[in-house]
Parts: sequence; structure tokens; C-alpha cells
Amino acid sequence: MDGFPILTTMMLVPLVGAILCLFVGGKNDETGGGAARGVALVATLVTFALGILLWANFDIGGAQWQFTERADLFAGFSYAVGIDGIALMLIMLSVFLMPICVLASWEAIRKRVGEYMAAFLFMETLMIGTFAAQDLFLFYVFFEAGLIPMYLIIGVWGGDNRIYASYKFFLYTLLGSVLMLIAMFWMVAEAGTSDIPTLMQYDFPIGAQSWLWFAFFASFAVKIPMWPFHTWLPDAHVQAPTAGSVILAGVLLKLGGYGFLRFSLPMFPEASAQFAWFVLALSMIAVVYTSLVALVQQDMKKLIAYSSVAHMAIVMVGLFAFNVQGLEGAMILMLSHGLVSGALFLCVGVIYDRLHTREISRYGGISNNMPYYAIFFLLFTMASIGLPGTSGFVGEFLALAGIYRVSTLAALVCTTGIILGAAYMLYLYRRVAFGLQTNDDAAAMPDITAREWVMLAPVAAAVLWMGVYPESFIAPMRADIAALDAQLAAAAPAGDSNLVVGSPREEIANAMPYEGEGDH
Amino acid sequence: MDFSTSFGLFAPELLLTASGLALLLVAAWGGDRLARLNAILAASALFAAGFLLVPGLHSGVDGLDTYAFGTLMKVDSFALFAKAMIYLAAIGCLVVSPAFFNSKAAGSERGMRAEYPVLVLFAVLGMSIMVSASDLITLYLGLELNSLAAYVLASILRQDQRSAEAGLKYFVLGALASGILLYGMSLLYGFSGTTDFGMLRAVFAGPLGTGQLFGLIFVLAGLAFKISAVPFHMWTPDVYEGAPTPVTAFFSTAPKVAAVALTARIVFEVFGGQVVAWQQIVMFTALASIVFGALGAIGQENLKRLLAYSSINNIGFILLGLAVANAAGASAMLVYLFIYVAMSLGSFVGLLMLRGDDGELFETFADIRGLAVTRPGIAWSLLLLMFSLAGIPPLLGFYSKFVVFQATVEAGLVAFAAIAIAASVIGAFYYIKFVKVMFFDEPVGVVTGKSGMAHWVVLVLTVAIISPLGYLLTPSLTDLADKAAAALFILN
Repeated sequence: MDGFPILTTMMLVPLVGAILCLFVGGKNDETGGGAARGVALVATLVTFALGILLWANFDIGGAQWQFTERADLFAGFSYAVGIDGIALMLIMLSVFLMPICVLASWEAIRKRVGEYMAAFLFMETLMIGTFAAQDLFLFYVFFEAGLIPMYLIIGVWGGDNRIYASYKFFLYTLLGSVLMLIAMFWMVAEAGTSDIPTLMQYDFPIGAQSWLWFAFFASFAVKIPMWPFHTWLPDAHVQAPTAGSVILAGVLLKLGGYGFLRFSLPMFPEASAQFAWFVLALSMIAVVYTSLVALVQQDMKKLIAYSSVAHMAIVMVGLFAFNVQGLEGAMILMLSHGLVSGALFLCVGVIYDRLHTREISRYGGISNNMPYYAIFFLLFTMASIGLPGTSGFVGEFLALAGIYRVSTLAALVCTTGIILGAAYMLYLYRRVAFGLQTNDDAAAMPDITAREWVMLAPVAAAVLWMGVYPESFIAPMRADIAALDAQLAAAAPAGDSNLVVGSPREEIANAMPYEGEGDH
Repeated sequence: MDFSTSFGLFAPELLLTASGLALLLVAAWGGDRLARLNAILAASALFAAGFLLVPGLHSGVDGLDTYAFGTLMKVDSFALFAKAMIYLAAIGCLVVSPAFFNSKAAGSERGMRAEYPVLVLFAVLGMSIMVSASDLITLYLGLELNSLAAYVLASILRQDQRSAEAGLKYFVLGALASGILLYGMSLLYGFSGTTDFGMLRAVFAGPLGTGQLFGLIFVLAGLAFKISAVPFHMWTPDVYEGAPTPVTAFFSTAPKVAAVALTARIVFEVFGGQVVAWQQIVMFTALASIVFGALGAIGQENLKRLLAYSSINNIGFILLGLAVANAAGASAMLVYLFIYVAMSLGSFVGLLMLRGDDGELFETFADIRGLAVTRPGIAWSLLLLMFSLAGIPPLLGFYSKFVVFQATVEAGLVAFAAIAIAASVIGAFYYIKFVKVMFFDEPVGVVTGKSGMAHWVVLVLTVAIISPLGYLLTPSLTDLADKAAAALFILN
């Protein structure tokens, strides 16, 4: 693999595919649409294959930054890419979800297929670029450019209220990120380089860290999103087409978490520690509040959107626990949520394609006529709740274990989120899949097709894999998270749990006193 | 300093003068039949004049060798860079003009008039003199030559009421601005006894007196009129809307470059030692232009008015670079100007291509609904241009904002930069509205007419520049802009 620019290739393949889609799509959706679908599927599958190659060649325990490439093409910043274990896992998540998104749009999108597929493929290029960028400004370019395809995806192929949702998504996110740009200029002027690995080691003055931290927070808190900056999310999710929601929930929200992990924590550790209480407070409110909101939703997509906010709040407490368990838990939870919420949106999409409504009350008892669908839906529901054996459990357990060492209160409040999560997810499942079949059209829906099997089965397998053997996913990240933890150790706030490892007892706890032979 | 050296430095202007006069004769004898030929010849003359700039641009020239005719003109890298942009913008406008005047859009006077290219040439000549002025008299000569030609250009469609109105408004307000500028210049002269930039600078070395300060303020106000910066921007939407679209494209590019370059020269060369005196004024004008340009555009239905407000908004960002008051800021300003010229020209050419079957032009939001379905080529080009104007990466419009804000932050004006960039989000609203109308709304299918090759060439070229490919241009662009900015600061 030496010298082969695999990351650039992974970005170029979807980009070329996007341009091809624009042209083969043409004006006629009947003839051009099929070709565009084919091109998109091939491009995403090739990228996924390259991703597997990337993972296979990633040297676990090797250099921190691998597959680095550098070219001074531009004035002011350079084209520098490279990945560590954290970026690797998030890139894998992106390239894994993309072919599934293309399949999910196979029949649902009938107008302007070429442009639709082009927007998705362009989005894939940008997502890979965001995770791989090693230059601060290159990161910003990729991070911000994602607004364009997502704006079009929501606006052109979205639901009834798509215009409002697309405006809100665009302007909200833009306002969040422009302040970050100002902070980036200041950092680069201060440190004299825009190289991310160097900046991660740079000690910014404590006085400046506070405002820099808030500038980055403005961007990432909107993206992830944290309460009370989350209001764009339910609108965007509900109005976006199925595949748009999958990418939004699966990958774009992770950009926020990735930003905290890559920038806020290592670059401003003191400020992060100083404002940890603030993040924890917002997250605690988010977990309880959005879970309660999710409980009363009548719209399936909105319910899952609110559940995303609650789950991402647990990611945030994991990140701001400043210890290995919390950080690992946050990462696994991000990967798990990417798969699970993506899969839940796919499940909604499957029945939406049949009945064209997201009203929960229009369904009911569909486990009778769609048994396979009900099994998949159940699996993802359980994974969202965090049932042991699924990916959600691993992430939530680690994140909550991490925060318990810092704040018992935060751990307590956030754990109620899991109970509430079980409530709203099971309630949703009961209303959709179980009960009486009161709606004739819902009762007549056919079970999932072969295409839908191909979409859902790989995600289900990945969810179980991550639940049963999370080591495969933690191993590449372990060294990077340990390094981050070491960097944060000096700044980490004191915990209130004061856990002490006790010395084990001499004998087992329920051993009967031994009193001699004669007593029997 | 002998005359031949001066004429050597003055060669592009000489060429433009000679060709302008020659073409005037062609127009007089040949009549409107030869208008198209005239346009081609004028564009070639501009191209040839531009070619003369290349050696100086490439090597970078500054210092005493660049003075011509005593100290009346200063043909340094800065002037050359500005001239190159002006000539390119003018060529672009000339290329797209004939098709417009030959279509139904030109109203009852079909056909381009033969003096149109000549007027463009003389306007460019005036700008060319403006940007290399090193004396208040030269400055005013160039400015008025440009303005007089521009007033006629705005009302070139004599039968069209809107065009006549635009010309009249432009003339009245332009004359007012010239008066204000002249008054300021007379104050400067009265308090110093000289009109030469270098001497003025020497006289104003100490703290500014009240009279000198008034002079400075009046000069800046006059120039703010010319670059249509808030609070002297009111004429812009009316003139842009009324003037024929190719003329509007011209107004929003070349004269803007010239006036901005002139402003930069005045504040840095004459008042380079008095940064405190003008920095606050420029900062206020910059912020006000960004905010009012963005707010004003939100309610507009007419696309030309919208782009007029957009140009006011962009002037705000350009002035941001000026407000930094150092070489990095000036260089950023020039990079921004270059990218702005490409975006502005591209957008207006895009508008020119929105025409119906028999050539009538469309210029409101209602007409471009669903353009992405009916004319995907134009719609995608306009989409890229609008996102670029909004400053969204990976388009080159982002890079222009990038350099300006970087210079601002590096100079320590962090809070100022933060306010300005937050205000830029307001501007994003109407750019994405443009995209929304073209892409999200149901098609109306009124845009059916075919566009000529010339329009496509200019549109494709400008879109290629503002596309991510444009980033490959940035190293050489930055290099040229740095040289130009360094020439401006040689006295500091």
C-alpha cells in the first residue's frame, strides 16, 4: 500500500461518479434514471471496497497518523490528508452506509434521479474528506461544503414542508460554523501552522482557550446537535427523503462529535474542563427533555429524530467525562447510533414507501403481514434501547461508566434516558407492529423485498457484531484514545465518585463457616 | 525622467486612446452596420492593452521608476493588477453585449449602436487613469472620463424609459458625488498647497487639523458614492435595474475595481500615516454595507436589484480588507476583487441568458421558477455562482472571504471580524433563496430561448474560475496580489 494515495482515491471515486450521474441522468428520468442509479451503486460499492482495504491495511498500534498525503496546491492552506483510528472508524461508517442509501433511494426517488445521486456521491466525498483532513482549513472546507448537497437533498426531494426545513438547516448550521472559522484564523496566526496534528499538541494560552472553545462549540453543538440548538434536526429529518435522513443521522451528526474529539478536547483541554459542567448540564436536560418529547410524537421520523438528540447527549457526557471509558464509549455509541438510527430510518422508509405516511396511527399489527420486517425493526429497536448483545449497549454502558467517575448526578440523570428510551421505542414498536390491524391498507402491505433485505441485513449484522465483539472496533482507536486521555489527564476535573479498587476477600462471600466434620 | 519613459509607462492608455478615437471614426462613417465589428475591435484593443501589462505584472514593479509625467501618474504593480482586472471585465462585458442589443430585450431600438463599444473603451481609459493616479488632478480627470462615458452607457437605450431614468439618476447622483469629492480635494489642497500624493503625505505627517480631516472625510464620502458603499448606496439598485443588463454587468465589475483601487491608493498613499483618522470610517462603512446590503436584498423580487444589493454587500467585505490597513489586508482585498469580478460577471451573464422564445429578457424570481428542470445548464451555473457569492466552500467565493477574514483576524481585529462574519449569514439567506426558486419550485417553463455561443463562453469561463478548480489559481493570484499590495506600501 506504500505510496498509493488511497484516501484521495476514495474521495475521487464518488466525485467522478457524481459528475457522471449528472450527465447520464439527463433530462429523462425513465432512461437516464436507471443509469444514474447504476453508476451511483457501483461508485459507492467501489468506495466501500477501498474502505475495507483501508481498514485491512491500517496498522493497529502503528504510527498515530497513517496513509498521510500532502500537497501544497493552494495558497493559505495545503491539501493534507491522513487518518488515525478514530477517523478510520468514522470513514468506515460513512462508506458502509452509502451503498445502503443508494439502495434505499432505488425506487423511492423517481424524479431527477441523476441530480439526486450526484448530490449523494458528492456528499460522500465531503464526508470522507472531513474525517481525513489534516489541515484545519481543509477540514473547514469539507465540513462546510456539506451544506450544499444536503440543502438540495432536503429541498428538492423532501416532504411537504421541505423549503422551511432546508432554510432552517442551512442557516442554522452556517451561523454555527462561521464563528469557528474566525477562531481557526486566530489559532493559525498564533501557532503558525494549520496542520491539525501539530495544533493538537500546541498549548494555547488559557485566557484565549475560553472564547476559542465557545467558537468551536457554536459549530459542533449545532451539528451534533445539543439541546437547545437541536431544533433544526427534527424539521430536517422529517422532511428529508429516507436516504437523506440516514446520512443526516448516520454520519452528519457524528461530525459534531468528531469535532469535539478532534478539536475542542485536545486543543483546548483546560477550557473543556472548565466548561464541562455546562456541557453536562445541557446534556442532562437533553436526555430527559427530548426523551419525553419523543414519547408524545405521532410522526415516526420525528420520534427517531428526537431519540437521536437524546443519544447524542449521552455521547457528549461520554466525551466530557475525560477518561478512557467515556471517550471509548462515546466513539462506540456514535458508531452504533450511526448504524441503528440509520437502520431505523430505513425501516420507516420501507413502510413509508408502501403507505406514504409517517403517522404512527395509520399502521398497527403489521407483524402479521410483514414478519421479516418486524424482526428487523425489533432488532434495531432493541439496539436503540441498548439491549445487551447489541451495539447500543456497549456504547451506552461505557459512556455512562465513564461519566459515573466524574459526576454521579449526571450518570443518574442520563441513565434515566435509557429507561425513557425503552419506553418510547417499545411504545412505538407496539403501535406499529403489534396490536389489532385496524387499517386495511396497512394490513395489506407486502413483506420486505429482496432489495430491502440487502439493505437491512448488513446493518443488522454490523449491529450484532459490534454488540458481541466490540473489540474489532475499539482496537484501532485504543491507542488514539489513550493518547487523548493522557493529554487530558492534567486538566481533567476531579470526580465525585472517588472509586477505589478494593482488595478481594480471602474467601467467597457466601461461604459457610467451617466447623468440623462431626456436624453433618 | 524623460518623455519616452513616461510614454512607455503610459502605453496601454495610449493604445486605448488611439483605438477609441479610431473606432469613433469607424462609427461615424460606418454607422450601426459596423457596430459588431467595432465591438470586436474594441475587445481586441483591450486585450492588446492588457498584454502590455504582463511583463510588469510578472516581475512586479514599484518605487520611483514607476512615476510618469513627473509625479502625475504612478504605474506600479498595484495599478497594473487593477488594470488587468478592469480590462478583463470590460472584455467580458463587450463579448456578451451584441447578442443582447440584437434581441427583443433591447426594445424598439434593435441592434447595437456603433458608439457603444467606443464608450466602453473611453470608460475603461478613464478607469485606467484613475488607478494609476498619483495626483489629485489626474485622479479627477480619470474619474470624470469614466463617469461621463458611464452616464451615457446607462441610458444607451433611448426609447426605454427605465434606461433613461437610470442614466439620469446616475448622472445627478454621480455629479453630486463628484462635487463632494472635489470639495474634499479643494480642502486638502487648501490646507497643504499641493495636489501631489507624495507631497500631501509629507504635509500631513503630523496630527490632522480639522480642515484636513474634513477634506479626508469629503474625499472618502465621494469615493464611497462611486463604490456604492453604505450610506451612499441608494442609487445602485435603481441604476442597476434600469440600465441594460450588459451595462449593469459592466457597472458592477470594472468601475468597482477602479474606484476601490483609487480609494486604497488615497488612504494608503496620502493618509498612510493617519490610519487612525480613516480606519474607523472604513470599518463602519464596511459593516454597514455588509448588513444593509444583505437586508436590502431580502425583499427583492427583481434579480438585477437583488444583484445590486449583493454588490453592496460584497463591497462591505472588500472594505473589510481595506480597514485592516496593512499590506496583507490590501492583498486580500485585491484577491477578493478578482474573485468578485468573476462572480459578478458570471451572475449577470447568467441573467442575460434567461430569455424567452423571441428574445425578451426575464429578470424576476417568478420567471426562473424551476429553471433546474427546464434549463439545467444555466441553473447549475447560477447555483454555483450563488453559493460562491454566499461564500460557501468549496467554491472560490469562500476563498475570497477566507483571505479577507484571515487578514482581519491576524491584524487583531477579532471582534470586528466576528461581527462581520455573523452578518454575512444574513446574506446567505437570499442567495439560497435564489437556489430555492430555481431548484425547489415547480417549473413555469418561460425560459425557452437559446443563448448564443458568446454567453456560454463567458459563463463557462467564470464558473470554471469560481469552481473548486479555481483554488489551483490561488498561489499565482496571491503572488500577484502580494506584489501589488507591496507596491502600495512602499512609502510606509
